[in-house]
Amino acid sequence: MLTYTIRRLVLSVPTLLFISFVIFMLLELAPGDPLAGMPLTIPDEVKAKMREALGVGQPFYIAFPKWLYQFFVVEPLFMIDAIFGTSFGGDTQRVLSWQTRSPVMDIVFQRLPQTLWVVGTAYVVAILIALPIGIYSAYRQYSWFDNAGTFVTMVGFSVPPFFSGVLVIVIFSVQLGWFPSIYDTTHRVTDWASFRVQLQQMVMPVMVLALQITSQLSRFMRASMLDNLNQDYVRTARAKGLGEKTVVLVHVLRNSLIPVVTVIAIGIPSIFGGAIITEQVFKVNGIGQLLITAIQANDLPMVQTLTFIFAILIVLFNLIADILYGILDPRIRYE
Amino acid sequence: MSDAPISMDKVEPTAPPRSQWADIWDQFKSHRGAMWGAGIFLFIVLMVLFGPYVYWNDPQHVPTGRDFLNLRDTRPIYTALWDGDAKVNWLYPLGTDNLGRDILGRLLIGGRISLAVGMAAMVLSVVLGTLIGVLAGYFRLLDGPLMRLTDLFLALPLLPLLLVAVLLFRDRLANMFGPEGGTFILIVTLVGITSWMQTARIVRGDVLALKEREFILAARSIGTSPTKMILRHLLPNVMSPIMVSATLGIATAIITESALSFLGFGFPPDFPTWGKLLFDAVDRMELYPERVLWPGLLISLTVLSVNYVGDGLRDALDPRIRGR
Repeated sequence: MLTYTIRRLVLSVPTLLFISFVIFMLLELAPGDPLAGMPLTIPDEVKAKMREALGVGQPFYIAFPKWLYQFFVVEPLFMIDAIFGTSFGGDTQRVLSWQTRSPVMDIVFQRLPQTLWVVGTAYVVAILIALPIGIYSAYRQYSWFDNAGTFVTMVGFSVPPFFSGVLVIVIFSVQLGWFPSIYDTTHRVTDWASFRVQLQQMVMPVMVLALQITSQLSRFMRASMLDNLNQDYVRTARAKGLGEKTVVLVHVLRNSLIPVVTVIAIGIPSIFGGAIITEQVFKVNGIGQLLITAIQANDLPMVQTLTFIFAILIVLFNLIADILYGILDPRIRYE
Repeated sequence: MSDAPISMDKVEPTAPPRSQWADIWDQFKSHRGAMWGAGIFLFIVLMVLFGPYVYWNDPQHVPTGRDFLNLRDTRPIYTALWDGDAKVNWLYPLGTDNLGRDILGRLLIGGRISLAVGMAAMVLSVVLGTLIGVLAGYFRLLDGPLMRLTDLFLALPLLPLLLVAVLLFRDRLANMFGPEGGTFILIVTLVGITSWMQTARIVRGDVLALKEREFILAARSIGTSPTKMILRHLLPNVMSPIMVSATLGIATAIITESALSFLGFGFPPDFPTWGKLLFDAVDRMELYPERVLWPGLLISLTVLSVNYVGDGLRDALDPRIRGR
């Protein structure tokens, strides 16, 4: 198991390098000029100097390793500095945003809490709803509950978040006026009243995201339970006189959770991707919204860093899912 | 063969012979959701195909002068049910937008583009996925590299890359094929080359299993060339997973196109698709919720019906489920 983990970790390095290279080369083609917004009165030689300072126009075999060095060596050093108050970073060059001329990672860490709050809550809520629905649907297959559940998950599957988001805004904030339609990220929780406001503004984005995740997870949970319910060991468990509750909730559930857990792990990065649209609908200024504005403003370092962070998340959680599978299921042994 | 224990011409078949497709159709018919889905999808397709010829308003016509003031922001006729003062016009069943353009007409035209993008992207992704899957499954040498490529594509953050790619190539393609044609080609290509991975994996698995069967051995022993082998023996046998992923591919492509349009990275302005109509209406949805609801409903209904068809098709094409 350990050797497998190490081998996978080593293998993920070339994968990530390749992905970063693809992203880098794609952005190298970008037509944007970071100095397009500068006044025309700036002399050409000064402009050339400014370009040089921003690192624009270098050939890729210089720019790419430089970016890799900044991303993997310099930025972690600054992260350690920020956590422990040390100064390893010194005054080395960091990855700068063309929009704000400030370090990209600083902005990312400013935006991260909002995304994590909304997306994280939605994920937890979705898991808490999806598992019981999936279990009961499978246990009572083809009952009215199962049919209704299948229909609702199908709808949750098919309604894109940009429509369900807009729909809940029309219903709950325009018609009923229960919740605010815009997520206020400057809101601070200090007492019960402000906590209530925070909960109110989180309800709708969480609802939209959770609907999507719930429908995927509960279908998966149902299928996995159905696979296990017909197994011989279930008959054995019943035959030796175990209660129905024990059979379903201990024996079957534990075995069916194995693939579901890995699906939950694999889904985490894609939730960040799905959150791009949800954040745009509810105007949450998290990572997804940052990416959209960066793309629109031609802020290449920011786009590069964010896409690469998404890629790292995907590779990392795929690895975690595979390892979890090996740990949870003793039948699976990696060489 | 005079001493054969049973002579074949005495045994009467109890039922007329049935083809495989008749069995599949029977199983498909028994799936109520799939039948409803197929009906609704067919209805939507026919509506957007022939609707614009039958419908009387020009979707791109912008009224001028007094007409503009009279026609703009007309509400759908059903609003008159609860709001007697609402500005409605029987000639404009779903009302008009803030420029006085007819909404139903724009929905019909927009649906054409959304569905065309969905189908074209689906065809591209299925062809790519099948090609890569068959090659990886049949030729052992190609298996490793192609599957690593698939894994790499699965590890790419697709939505961000799609957005970046649209930004990069939109102007270049618009210069070559015109703004609409360029965007169409761009979106179809992008959606196609970012959604073939699941098909490739399924097809490869099936081809690997088929390769061990006797009929493949027999075909090889009479000297069938690899091309003939793939076209005559392998492809017909992997048709069912391909058909299922094709149906589901339409749904993904429509959603991706609408998402791109919604984020402002889709077709040019004044060129309606369902996602674009939804996006344009969001700013004024408090006053005119219907402009958001109709395109959104149409997207969701199309995707839902396609998903149900895919579900039914999966059951119908699975011989283990069929006949039970």
